[in-house]
Amino acid sequence: MTLKSKKLVEYAAMLVIWLGLVLLFGMLSQSFLSLRTFVTLANRIPALAVIAAGMTLVLVIGGIDLSVGSVLGLSGALVGLALVNWHLPFWVATLLGLGVGLVAGTLNGLVSVGLGIPSFIVSLGMLEIARGVAYLTTHSQTKYIGATVEWPSAPIPGLGVSPAFLITLLVIVAGQVVLSRTVFGRYLVAIGTNESAVRLAGINTKPVKVAVFALLGLLTGLGGVFYTSRLGSSDPNAGVGLELSAIAAVVIGGTSLMGGRGSVVNTFFGVLIIATLEAGLAQVGASEPTKRVITGLVIVVAVVLDAWRHHLTGRKFSLLKRLFTARPASGTPIS
Amino acid sequence: MAEAAHLLQVTRLQKSYNVPVLLDFSFSLRSGEVHALVGSNGAGKSTFAKILCGLTPADGGEIRLAGLPHAPASKRAAEHAGVIMVLQELNVIGTLSVAENIFLNRLPCRAGFVQRSRLHESARAALARVGLGDLDPATPAGALGVGHQQLVELAGALSRNCRVLILDEPTAALTDPEIERLFGHLRKLRQEGVGIIYVSHRMDEIKRIADRITVMRDGRAVATHLSVDVTPDCLVREMVGHELPERGGLSERPAGPVALSVRNLSAGDQVRDVSFTLRQGEILGIAGLIGSGRTETLRAIFGADVKSGGETFVDGKAVKILCPTDALLAGIGLMPEDRKQDGLLMPQSIRVNTTLNTLVRYARAGGWLDTGAEERTTEAYRQRLQISCNSVEQAVGELSGGNQQKVVVARWLARDCRILLFDEPTRGIDVAAKQTMYELLRELAGEGKAVLVVSSELEELMSLCDRLLVMSQGCISAEFTPGEWTQEKITRAAFSGHLDRKVESHPS
Ligand SMILES: Nc1ncnc2c1ncn2[C@@H]1O[C@H](COP(=O)(O)OP(=O)(O)OP(=O)(O)O)[C@@H](O)[C@H]1O
Ligand SMILES: [Mg+2]
Repeated sequence: MTLKSKKLVEYAAMLVIWLGLVLLFGMLSQSFLSLRTFVTLANRIPALAVIAAGMTLVLVIGGIDLSVGSVLGLSGALVGLALVNWHLPFWVATLLGLGVGLVAGTLNGLVSVGLGIPSFIVSLGMLEIARGVAYLTTHSQTKYIGATVEWPSAPIPGLGVSPAFLITLLVIVAGQVVLSRTVFGRYLVAIGTNESAVRLAGINTKPVKVAVFALLGLLTGLGGVFYTSRLGSSDPNAGVGLELSAIAAVVIGGTSLMGGRGSVVNTFFGVLIIATLEAGLAQVGASEPTKRVITGLVIVVAVVLDAWRHHLTGRKFSLLKRLFTARPASGTPIS
Repeated sequence: MAEAAHLLQVTRLQKSYNVPVLLDFSFSLRSGEVHALVGSNGAGKSTFAKILCGLTPADGGEIRLAGLPHAPASKRAAEHAGVIMVLQELNVIGTLSVAENIFLNRLPCRAGFVQRSRLHESARAALARVGLGDLDPATPAGALGVGHQQLVELAGALSRNCRVLILDEPTAALTDPEIERLFGHLRKLRQEGVGIIYVSHRMDEIKRIADRITVMRDGRAVATHLSVDVTPDCLVREMVGHELPERGGLSERPAGPVALSVRNLSAGDQVRDVSFTLRQGEILGIAGLIGSGRTETLRAIFGADVKSGGETFVDGKAVKILCPTDALLAGIGLMPEDRKQDGLLMPQSIRVNTTLNTLVRYARAGGWLDTGAEERTTEAYRQRLQISCNSVEQAVGELSGGNQQKVVVARWLARDCRILLFDEPTRGIDVAAKQTMYELLRELAGEGKAVLVVSSELEELMSLCDRLLVMSQGCISAEFTPGEWTQEKITRAAFSGHLDRKVESHPS
């Protein structure tokens, strides 16, 4: 009960922060608080949100995947090829997009876990490889696809949101359930907390870790399909820098980069915050450089607040800690 | 008793973490005295010690050090005031060398560069003081076993000037010879006028070293005695607040067929050609000095470390164990020695820690966890092992050292392995809970399980085991049955390897 209520309080806190942001932009710009803004938002975020959901699980085990932007590009490129050049049906193209993501993610996992190389390095390699393959297969050209691919991102009449958005919500809920209510999720948290202890408890951690990278790969493939569908064309340059947005969203949602702690639902709020910030700043007419400065500040502030909530034992911050903690602060135990 | 001689005067100290931990705790320490602090797990001993050395603030009350108020804001401030502490939990930094660990915040340097030769020279002197003269100061501290890490921490503390020295269960991982050497130093410091606060659960050593003994219960000081005036039984009664029930002694158990047989096991330079058998329904003990290869033997059997040779048979059948998962499949469980490093998920709850290796039992279709069932099991173990906590949802990192240990034990009891290897199962556990632990181990053996216990406490092994092996320098040097063993014989066997053999490499 206490655990559940603690979680709800956290969700509520994230929701409040997001609503605050919306209200802020609403005050700054007359036209921001309209249904259209929200519909646009909902249809913009699916690609980033599903990737960030997978990234949450990877960060929970203390890993990282920098290749998601490139793999998204590759998946989109393949979808374009399949539809335009090979004239395959949409569902086959989708499977190809998902498949290439799954392969890339599995490779990241196998190499980093199997050979004991930090996932940071392995996925940095994959970042280059996937982008390179995307360029090679498309001859670095954007392909216009059109209506065959656009329907998943088009709002369902009468509902306002797209099928992609509904799938995204499903992924978020499923991700949260997996993380907090299943054996697999428990192992992820445990591995991120103290892998040596998990190994000595007799649990084979390697397959679990590979599976997480594979899952993120699959979701990245899905993100590629969503992205292509939103653009209506496949762009081999799609997703450049997306890994940073995804990681930022996860971290804003309070997942620890050190592993052992995370929440997919809060990641979703992180995605909302980033997307709202982007849309809002565009609407109030902020220049691109200003947008970047502000987005950067928001990320840093979010992380600092999170550190206050979770790590600091210092007395100086006790007031702030009490403000940001769901229950009376106990700090990091030293015993 | 002249008031002026009071080096440290603590009055009505208060501290709470959600729940009160110290309540009107009063305490005094004279210079040149060893003042022991005893109490059940979770009584508040470590909390008091941490307040003194600036790791956590008090909520109320007063501390005076040599007449002046003492409220250190950090460990550094406390050290500046002359209060040095060795924490209950090991705090060495594994990737740094032993020398760097000892002198971490006072590295000798010139123009910002560490002077390695000077550092190593001082480190060698400090190590020699705790009997680790042979240890290369450049060894990474993470390569050492728990006992040696403890000695390294003691070396660090003993190498500095102080007025008050606080030792929080310094001997939980040490064996008799190291303890004797430590006591020699404490007596010397006492003569120099240092006040020493000594926390321990081992009543016999407290009687030996302490001048006065304060008993803590639920955050209060219930009594202070002169060490000569009081018996261990009386202390235990005051600690738990009631009479401990009489415990049954050794009950004869018929030993069953051989469950585990290890032949010519070798691993690293710590385990050399070890062979033994373990029967169903038997409790087999392994004694030995620290660094004698006991822990390494268990880890090699369990597949936690790589073996360089040897065979393992379970129920007469050869099994290949390359990793802990293989060991569990063969029915072998190992409760590791280092609870912080190899056992616990500190930020996670008692429930999550207890069910970690039995998690699939709580899974319904699709891997969905039945947390209610987890909670019930954990609650049962909490009561059985007397784990003192707010609830089973409390983070393990917030528990006292002894209670953390009980959580690791609970995890392995829940797993129900046919062959259970326990490495220092009672490290940091209080007297009453130790009795429960012994009962549990006997019960396991009574159910036909094969139990192997490594312990640094000879008395514990002698009262618990049906048979005893002694290890020395990586080899089994002797085997005893209850009739044959005496403390002296066992100690001689533990040293035998050192007499026969020159130390070939650093003892780690
Ligand atoms: N950081 C913390 N947060 C919450 N509770 C804590 C924290 N540290 C200690 N406690 C609680 O304070 C109580 C006293 O703990 P303490 O470590 O002082 O016990 P102890 O007497 O040293 O026991 P042991 O013999 O097991 O070492 C325990 O009940 C513990 O749960
Ligand atoms: Mg303690």
